[in-house]
Amino acid sequence: MSIYLNKDSKIIVQGMTGGMGSKHTTLMVQAGSTIVGGVNARKAGTSVELAGKDLPVFGNVAEAMKETGADVSVVFVPPAFTKDACIEAIDAGIGLLVVITEGVPVQDTAEVWAYLNGPSNHGSTRMIGPNCPGIITPGESLAGITPHTIAGTGPVGLVSKSGTLTYQMMYELRDYGFSTAIGIGGDPIVGTTHIDALAAFEADPDTKAIVMIGEIGGDAEERAAAYIKDHVTKPVVGYVAGFTAPEGKTMGHAGAIVSGSSGTAQAKKEALEAVGVKVGKTPSETAQLMRDILQNM
Amino acid sequence: MEFQAKELFAKHDVPGAPGIVATTPAEARAAAEKLGVCVVKAQVKAGGRGKAGGVKLAKTPDEAEEHATAILGMEIKGLTVHRVLIAPAASILEEYYFSFLLDRANRQYLCIASIEGGVEIEEVAKTNPDAVKQIAIDPGTGVDEAKAREIVAEAGFPEVLVEQAVTLVLNLWKVFVEEDATLVEVNPLARLEGDVLEALDGKVSLDENAEFRHEDHAQFEDKDAADPLEAKAKAKGLNYVKLDGAVGVIGNGAGLVMSTLDVVAYAGEAHGGVKPANFLDIGGGANAQVMADGLDVILHDAQVKSVFVNVFGGITACDEVANGIKGALEILGAEATKPLVVRLDGNNVEEGRRILDELNHPLITLVDTMDGAADKAAELANA
Repeated sequence: MSIYLNKDSKIIVQGMTGGMGSKHTTLMVQAGSTIVGGVNARKAGTSVELAGKDLPVFGNVAEAMKETGADVSVVFVPPAFTKDACIEAIDAGIGLLVVITEGVPVQDTAEVWAYLNGPSNHGSTRMIGPNCPGIITPGESLAGITPHTIAGTGPVGLVSKSGTLTYQMMYELRDYGFSTAIGIGGDPIVGTTHIDALAAFEADPDTKAIVMIGEIGGDAEERAAAYIKDHVTKPVVGYVAGFTAPEGKTMGHAGAIVSGSSGTAQAKKEALEAVGVKVGKTPSETAQLMRDILQNM
Repeated sequence: MEFQAKELFAKHDVPGAPGIVATTPAEARAAAEKLGVCVVKAQVKAGGRGKAGGVKLAKTPDEAEEHATAILGMEIKGLTVHRVLIAPAASILEEYYFSFLLDRANRQYLCIASIEGGVEIEEVAKTNPDAVKQIAIDPGTGVDEAKAREIVAEAGFPEVLVEQAVTLVLNLWKVFVEEDATLVEVNPLARLEGDVLEALDGKVSLDENAEFRHEDHAQFEDKDAADPLEAKAKAKGLNYVKLDGAVGVIGNGAGLVMSTLDVVAYAGEAHGGVKPANFLDIGGGANAQVMADGLDVILHDAQVKSVFVNVFGGITACDEVANGIKGALEILGAEATKPLVVRLDGNNVEEGRRILDELNHPLITLVDTMDGAADKAAELANA
């Protein structure tokens, strides 16, 4: 078991023929994902050979789904075209939409989110990202750019705003392994939140404990803390990055900014600790906290 | 800055005198001669300008020149004033507050409006929260005339101002969506003598991710206030933020670099309280040129005593990163003078470490763990 993605997931790639798209489609195939094709209106009807597989290119997402039975789409198109790509996939009723693209204007994401929740959606699409590494269920499937070689399958569920901290934490706990690791993205608006992932991990029988990684900006971690208090029975260990970040400066991720006294790492840490979540000062200390929990299970 | 916000307001027909920008007292005088009684206002990206003495009424051109002399060069919240805005003085009957902003938590937009006081809005929000109206806006449907009327009614603008307010709300909405803003704020929005509604001061925050469709936004960048090292890094396409410590930091991925800064600060507690000198994310690529550009910026920071290179090889293999460091040191040659503590982990780490071991460069110390490397870098910075 896992969340959102498993061995039966059939994946298409929007932007498969581009540089990032072809590179990571190859890596996804190597990770064991079932990639069934790509989408590029200008190259419809052709095919691309990647990682020894001949992958058909379709004119749009609806056609690709009809021909292949795909239920997941991974988006690598440039920021200027990401909104249209997402709306196309939502219109087609894709089950899981993983948006890797970094640099999407936040108003575009806001419109996509409103569309996804509006009457024109089939009501069935879950979006992850944008500006995220995607999702991996080790040993089964990868929809995104997380290296599949870091860690194998195991009892830990991981949800993180950051890509490289996802990798770092998977590496720290590679002897235990992961049910699913999901990078939700560092933008101000994302499709899947910490709370969504916590709820899914709570419901997943193969996830025994959860690592939640946050960073400065917004109040997603504080809200996740409130959710954990009322709804999560599995042990959760937290980590928050950005204690030394100055006010008013964007730290790499578009959403990572302390505004006045809000969005600080300290406030997030305190909110999590107040509901019984152990919060590590460093990634390695966080991994050790999780290790202690797993050893006593 | 205010004058830039007002340029965007003028572009979208939001009423309010844009005023005249002056960079010298003589220019301020000339502007005052044109405008008559006026206000001399410091132009920096910070609130509380009035309280800091950066906003003064001038009844005559002499006074305008005098105020400009005092305000130009003044520091407000650490920012030096390089420009003043000379705005015509207005007879204010009432002050209101109005803004559109991104509501991250609810993944939509929010309109905040209050007819109780403008400038002191934070105070009003505390003492009389009911007077500050919050109206949710669906990004799918936005603000049309009906929505604008709903906002104006909810805010409770005086009857005589309703039609002006509706037009103003629609035009401010245009500023918000057409300029890809994350905040459009008018404070104060003033009722002037003769029941005229005008934006007397404003603030607009623009989404950097949307710059590709707004070529004209580059002009709003505050080049005077930018740190010279930040400007240099930006010119090289690097994601760099200057801090004030002694340990330079280079890493890959925003989250890992933020985490590295924290780990360095903790490690520094045992080494004379040294702190991180900067944020620098070189992203996934980490080739020799990017590494050299990054090191070049950090080594030119006079406060830096040591550099911590913290890379987790995810997509990028550690041997590529090691070769990047090797190549960067070749490119920099004699300019590389400060010790580098390198921690590599992840994809192909053995080969990466072997390359650096073989290089045996006098400046490089290789440490296995992130915590250990941070400790070493802090120790070297405190030596």
